[in-house]
Amino acid sequence: MATVDQTGIPNRLTRPRQAASDVPEWISGIPVSWWVVGVALLFMPVVAGNFVLFQIFGWAFILGMIALSLMFLGGYGGMVSLAQMSIAGLAGYMVAILGPSGVQTISLFWPWWLYIPVAILIAALFATLIGALAVRTEGIYTIMITLAIAAAFFYFTRQNYTIFNGYTGFANVVPPELFGINWRRPIPFYYLTLACAAISFAVVVYVSRSPFGLALQGVRDNPRRMAALGFNVFAHRVFAYTFASIIAAVAGILMVWQNAQIAPGTAGLPAVIDILVIAIVGGLKRPIGPFIGAFIYVILRTYAPDILLALNLPGDRFKLLIGLGFLAVVYWSPDGVLGLWEKWRSHRQTRGDPLTGQGGKS
Amino acid sequence: MSLTAERNVGEMLTAAGTGNALELRGVTRMFGALAALTDVTLTVKPGERRGVLGSNGAGKTTLFNCVTGDFLPTSGTIRLFGEDVTSFPPHERIRRGLRRTYQISLLFGGLSVIDNVYLACRGVSRGRFSMRRPRRSDALMQSATELIDAVHLGDVAETLVAELSYGQQRQLEIALALAGAPRFILFDEPAAGLSPTERSDLVAILTSLPRHIGYIIIEHDMDVALRVAETVSMMHNGRIFKEGLPSEIENDPEVQELYLGGGHG
Repeated sequence: MATVDQTGIPNRLTRPRQAASDVPEWISGIPVSWWVVGVALLFMPVVAGNFVLFQIFGWAFILGMIALSLMFLGGYGGMVSLAQMSIAGLAGYMVAILGPSGVQTISLFWPWWLYIPVAILIAALFATLIGALAVRTEGIYTIMITLAIAAAFFYFTRQNYTIFNGYTGFANVVPPELFGINWRRPIPFYYLTLACAAISFAVVVYVSRSPFGLALQGVRDNPRRMAALGFNVFAHRVFAYTFASIIAAVAGILMVWQNAQIAPGTAGLPAVIDILVIAIVGGLKRPIGPFIGAFIYVILRTYAPDILLALNLPGDRFKLLIGLGFLAVVYWSPDGVLGLWEKWRSHRQTRGDPLTGQGGKS
Repeated sequence: MSLTAERNVGEMLTAAGTGNALELRGVTRMFGALAALTDVTLTVKPGERRGVLGSNGAGKTTLFNCVTGDFLPTSGTIRLFGEDVTSFPPHERIRRGLRRTYQISLLFGGLSVIDNVYLACRGVSRGRFSMRRPRRSDALMQSATELIDAVHLGDVAETLVAELSYGQQRQLEIALALAGAPRFILFDEPAAGLSPTERSDLVAILTSLPRHIGYIIIEHDMDVALRVAETVSMMHNGRIFKEGLPSEIENDPEVQELYLGGGHG
């Protein structure tokens, strides 16, 4: 993990600016393939059905954002936090508690412009506390302490009835009807999640080359040197938790709207582990990795039972398929699917026939 | 080349700082039962350039680690420009004008040369948490470029540090220590592994530093050490046993026996 994000975008902050061009460097530097993916996503509703938009893409964007918050901490900060799902869950709970839900006795029915920022703020505070605890540890101990917090959050929400409504949780948690649009309908929801995911992604890419992001990567590679350059390593790490939590919190709010309900299981241990699997399968090195991982996960989650049934195997064994996929990725490429892709590409570049571009096998 | 153009925290504190640049009183550092430093008392005046000589294991690097705060001393006090910094974390000492280089380069291999130096400049100024990408025209970016030119790395400014030669990495190590407004620098064997040409470059850089910047240099190469140091402290077994002018130290029989005797001279 000693390398810095080189997204393939030549947006290194020091590259000389192109003269006589009004297009900012960061726009002109985006490769063509990204524009293609962007346009394809933008026009997806033309070809895709409601189920695909809402259940596949919507869900993948949400999980991708939560995994992105893990990628930011893990990839740039060298801190693997298992509490990101709990942070998302807390934001979701806050929306249900402060805003409208089917549980009239608990929900406060605040207006949306109040409960959304407050929910994000509370989640960010929670994450800052987690960070302050977790950054005192390293490696496996960070994982353990954040896992412990995630487990505690799950059991607390399940046993607390006065605030979190215990085992049942909250149902009928719906988004506000802003601009007269029902945001839970597939096409609006698709664009809502797409916008949130794209903004989170762009912000992470941008921040990774800002002083804060560069310093975070410096702290990851060499905390001692960073302190000897005048950086407060502890504060930098804690703030990374705060920053990442905002992405997770937004995703948590979208998640509760998508399901229209939230219960302890939403942020239960299997969900917590899923986020780690998604981030690792996609690749922790780059911000696009978590979204690739989330997409693969959602596809498997949705279609694995059909595949298994087609093979005359019991359909409820879909987790076996996900587990095997996870094993395969980790075994062949510790950098996830992105790492596989890079290997394949560099293989082609070095071994491929220079005339035809074909081949790749020596 | 203006290393002093950046007037920030360090400069402003000059007025408040009185007396000595660095003052160690009875500093002892134990590692378990082993005393790496024993009752070290050391005074360096502002602008003074001090050489620290001694065999391996004499405690020279431990002395540096105590001054920068990587280790806290087991007992004793450390004053930086008159301020008691004994229990300060490293970054607080750095922000007061202290800098150091490492014997084995501690650089950010995955970042370019300019990003490394930019980080160093950012570390001792405001906006460490800024989320705005720097522009080439930013003041800090420009002082980073100046620093890179000063250590002759201008041609490789965009190169990843991991791809630099050993000598270039050593030069970058020095550039990081010169970022911002340094007032006192600890150089830990800056000449180790350098070629003769690189060594004379290094001596030129060290002797051309602005007069108000004092430093301590640990150096095994007597040639380098005695050319850049005005005063010399000799260490042995975690103690400073002799201090004096380079000429006195060179001709001291005790020093000859202990330090130069080991096939060095």
